[in-house]
Amino acid sequence: MQVVLFGLILIPLLGAILNGLVLRSKHTRVAGGIATACSAACFLLALSLSLNYFETGTPLSAALPWMSAGPFVLNWGLRFDALTLVMTLVITGIGTLIHLFSIGYMDEEKSPYRYFAYLNLFLSAMLLLVLGDSLPVLFVGWEGVGLCSYLLIGYWYEDIDKANAGMKAFVMNRIGDAAFLLGVFICYQQFKSVTFTEMAHLTATSNSLSVWWLEMAALCLFVGATGKSAQIPLFTWLPDAMAGPTPVSALIHAATMVTAGIYLVARTAFLFQVSPDVSQWMAYTGAFTALFAATIALVQKDIKKILAYSTVSQLGLMFVALGVGAYSAALFHVMTHAFFKALLFLAAGAIIHGLHGEQDIFKMGGLRKHFPLTFLFSSIAVAAICGLPPFSGFFSKDAILFAALASPTGDVLLWGVASLASLLTAFYMTRFYLLIFFGDYRGEAHPHEGSALLWIPLAVLAVGSAFAGLVGMPHGLHMLPDYFGQLLSPVLPAWQETHAFLGEIGAMSVAVAVAALGIGTAFVIYRKGTGTGEKLARAFSPLYKLLLGKWYIDELYELTIVLPFKALCRFSSRIIDRAIDVTVLFPARLARVGGTALSLVQVGAVQVHLWIMVLGGLVLLWWALRGLVV
Amino acid sequence: MDNLLLWTILLPLLTAVVCALLPVKVSKIVAVASTVVGLLLACLIYERFIPEALNGFQMVLRVPWITRYQINFALGVDGLSLPLLLLSKFIMPIALLASWGITNHARVLTICFLVLDAAMAGTFLATDIFLFYIFWEFVLIPMILIIGVWGSSERIYAALKFFLVTFAGSLLMLVAIFWLYTSYHAQFGTYTADIASLGYIKFSTDPVLWGLTAQEWVFLAFALAFCIKVPLFPLHTWLPDAHTQAPTGGSIILAAVLLKMGTYGLLRFCVPLTPDAFARFSPIIAVLGLVGIVYGAWVAFQQEDAKRMVAYSSVSHLGFIVVGICALSPEALSGAVLQMVNHGLSTGGLFLLVGILYDRRHTRKLSEFGGLAKVIPWYAFFLVLISCSSMGVPGLNGFVGEFLILLGTFQTHPLWATVAVSGVVFAAVYTLVMLRAVIWGPVKNEENLSVKDINPREAFLLGVLSLFIVWLGVAPQSLLGKIKPSLDVYWSQNSGNRETASVILPPRDSVEGEAGPRE
Repeated sequence: MQVVLFGLILIPLLGAILNGLVLRSKHTRVAGGIATACSAACFLLALSLSLNYFETGTPLSAALPWMSAGPFVLNWGLRFDALTLVMTLVITGIGTLIHLFSIGYMDEEKSPYRYFAYLNLFLSAMLLLVLGDSLPVLFVGWEGVGLCSYLLIGYWYEDIDKANAGMKAFVMNRIGDAAFLLGVFICYQQFKSVTFTEMAHLTATSNSLSVWWLEMAALCLFVGATGKSAQIPLFTWLPDAMAGPTPVSALIHAATMVTAGIYLVARTAFLFQVSPDVSQWMAYTGAFTALFAATIALVQKDIKKILAYSTVSQLGLMFVALGVGAYSAALFHVMTHAFFKALLFLAAGAIIHGLHGEQDIFKMGGLRKHFPLTFLFSSIAVAAICGLPPFSGFFSKDAILFAALASPTGDVLLWGVASLASLLTAFYMTRFYLLIFFGDYRGEAHPHEGSALLWIPLAVLAVGSAFAGLVGMPHGLHMLPDYFGQLLSPVLPAWQETHAFLGEIGAMSVAVAVAALGIGTAFVIYRKGTGTGEKLARAFSPLYKLLLGKWYIDELYELTIVLPFKALCRFSSRIIDRAIDVTVLFPARLARVGGTALSLVQVGAVQVHLWIMVLGGLVLLWWALRGLVV
Repeated sequence: MDNLLLWTILLPLLTAVVCALLPVKVSKIVAVASTVVGLLLACLIYERFIPEALNGFQMVLRVPWITRYQINFALGVDGLSLPLLLLSKFIMPIALLASWGITNHARVLTICFLVLDAAMAGTFLATDIFLFYIFWEFVLIPMILIIGVWGSSERIYAALKFFLVTFAGSLLMLVAIFWLYTSYHAQFGTYTADIASLGYIKFSTDPVLWGLTAQEWVFLAFALAFCIKVPLFPLHTWLPDAHTQAPTGGSIILAAVLLKMGTYGLLRFCVPLTPDAFARFSPIIAVLGLVGIVYGAWVAFQQEDAKRMVAYSSVSHLGFIVVGICALSPEALSGAVLQMVNHGLSTGGLFLLVGILYDRRHTRKLSEFGGLAKVIPWYAFFLVLISCSSMGVPGLNGFVGEFLILLGTFQTHPLWATVAVSGVVFAAVYTLVMLRAVIWGPVKNEENLSVKDINPREAFLLGVLSLFIVWLGVAPQSLLGKIKPSLDVYWSQNSGNRETASVILPPRDSVEGEAGPRE
């Protein structure tokens, strides 16, 4: 059974090699078929492993030797526990759907084998990320998904902007990765081990650990997580990453890879449990990011950009949950978000595909007639993300908001900011929904619904978006038990409810009211198309421009980091390096100049040499006789 | 004559003689065949190398040479030299095949490579300090010929600069070698040139000149020679010129093997022979290594010439190795030794790739390219793969070495590791910028439209390199496990606790019957 764990990683890897290096088929259906088959095989494997786990209740693990140096021994160790179970099912399940969708979406590609090879490679790395039983093995997956993200964002590399977007994503992630590595080193310094089980055990039992260093480790890992999960300050790569094909945005930049940061924090919860300060920063970073990204999403016009900022915002909410110790709530939201956000992206993809590449929602409108199925499924997803009961997003978002309020480390401010972000989310998603599907059609392209390959995955995701929330019902409702929380309880620490000014039902009511307010406001403004919205934009022109310009964070980074860095490099290369070269070669040049000077004497003409000899003789004579003369 | 180590040196030399007598085309084939046999020999040595044998060198050969002064033709292999021997023997056929297209004095070029092969093997295997010095210097001769005769337009300047700068350092080393040799005689009454035995010299702690002790002067003389070779910032400026001007095969050897002679020398001589001075100066060297990591990456980012970019990236990568050596922790030591091999594979591969492009376009300017992924997809594949190895993407070889170096360094010097880790970010910057310039974007230059993808010979070379890049990334244990016991002993000997070390390690003289210390 243990070997099966490696199968999860090797099957998509072999699929990638088969597609990318061996067959290189130019037929989307062949390449896509292979990739989808590999992905589906992984899903079935994950399903059987999950059933096995439900039966036995014990995690599976497997290991092969990787490296050893001095006292340091590291294995390719994999471990399949409840947390991995959840992630694996989400990754392979949604992954397979998106592979399927891609066959329809990428039907006009010249080199589909490349696309599907990358996609399989991504799956392999992502599974390694969630299966790894130690920080370094997780890191292999972590950088692996980053590499695939780079390759997929820049998939249409002939457009230099897309290649640049990929590069930006990789470099920003690398900044986080450097911090991640430092976190690993600190863990090894403290625990003399880097496997999660041993570290968790030592944190609980050992008293020779330095709390300060553990906090530093937690901080470093958190910084790593901000890179991968697009939190302030390392979030600007994610909106640019929308340059990639839309199914990629759905899989990598919404459902799976960007949640790797959440997974990392949950996996190392034992560190964050003993680092209250870092946890608090994490909660506030998350809350602020959630609000900040939501404000930008309010005014964007690009269908994918809106979803991208929405993803950043939702990830922020997950960090709020992690920060207040509600790890299982964060994971719950990871799961429901994977469903509804993947669905939204795929729906956007279906629309973009049907409109021949149009991405501006101001050039859409009335599309419910042309895309009836997409419209139906999108409605569920929008309801879910806005937090309307009983759709999935309602339960998971509610769990987070309540924890932000009632956890011992939560407070009213956190809850308020997160609620405000939810209000804005409800607003901009309704705006998104109304502008795309209602009113009159404002574009030129001829819209048409896609093939079955495009809408079947949407249908499955819609079922998930609608009902996935039911597995994690809050206790306060006394309807169904919290299956999700129970499943994860052996892995993730729980939080203790403290008395807050609102009970669970009260908080829930407020959340629903907030969602309704957001939806209502948007409905009032965008009911009749873009007119009222544009009037408002003119009325609040400076604010509107600030939000449309994304708070000019990209420009700020360009000015404060990129340009100085380039100047520094130029200075190093043109001034310092020249100076060093001249200095090192100084003795050689001295010898050359000296030689040249002396060679002036060696002209080769006999008269000159005679003259010099005579002069020299005279000087010698004077020197010999100087005592006598005086 | 049944000593394998001896044959690693003799075989290329004999082949060189044979090649001189053969027609050009045959000589090339013979040379490649001979270097492949050399590689097999190295594999056999790897196979016969016993990890658990803790008593220093294995497969020892000692032929009396200048008997009156106890100078021997002495060879041996241990955990430090084994990986480098494997690397140099592995790179040799690749370098020869990479130079396959050169028609100008091709036979002489082949002979130069073969002589270089022998000299490099000798440098890594010599256990006699004079023999080491001879091989060390002998490496220069074929190398300046390769740069100076078969190089690009500025080849003479580059060859001279390479020779003068590296030779200047080596001469001081020779002085230090004589000092050690005579001091041993003064202390113990006998001569020895055995490197390990020279470690028994007791240095006086009195300053001899400018406030530095004799040990420190010896250390500095050695360190200067090695740091120039590495090259350590700010002694690196010969490298970009030599690399850029050398023909592809020369660049590959230079990057893959010659630079490692410097780091190997630090480990073989500076650390064990002058431990106190090393302890005193290693922070300075480590800081220069750190500057090299960051600075090399910055300058690499600015380069317009692909070869210069790779050359500066070497300065950055070698900085990691130097820091790993200075950290003196067992993890960093293993990482440093492994990283010497890794850098050889990845940078060798990058130079090969630049060379392939140069053969087709006769330019190395990055701005001349762009969009090549569309025109030459297989080339693009290998460029991405080997670039990933170079910037330390996990799963490939570069990561393992860098990770172990940084992990180990953090245990002894957290600050160094923190600075060094920034190099990981900068490496991504310059590598990705290079990738963007060469393979991504639209094809702007029409000349690039007719560029041919890699031919079977090039595909074979890149394939073999890539195979080992992946292999050492996934299963580095096959090499690390082999050298681990040897490095553990090395570490315990040199970690400041020499008394406990002698318990683990039997005195060298009792093992080899070497003229040891008489205490």
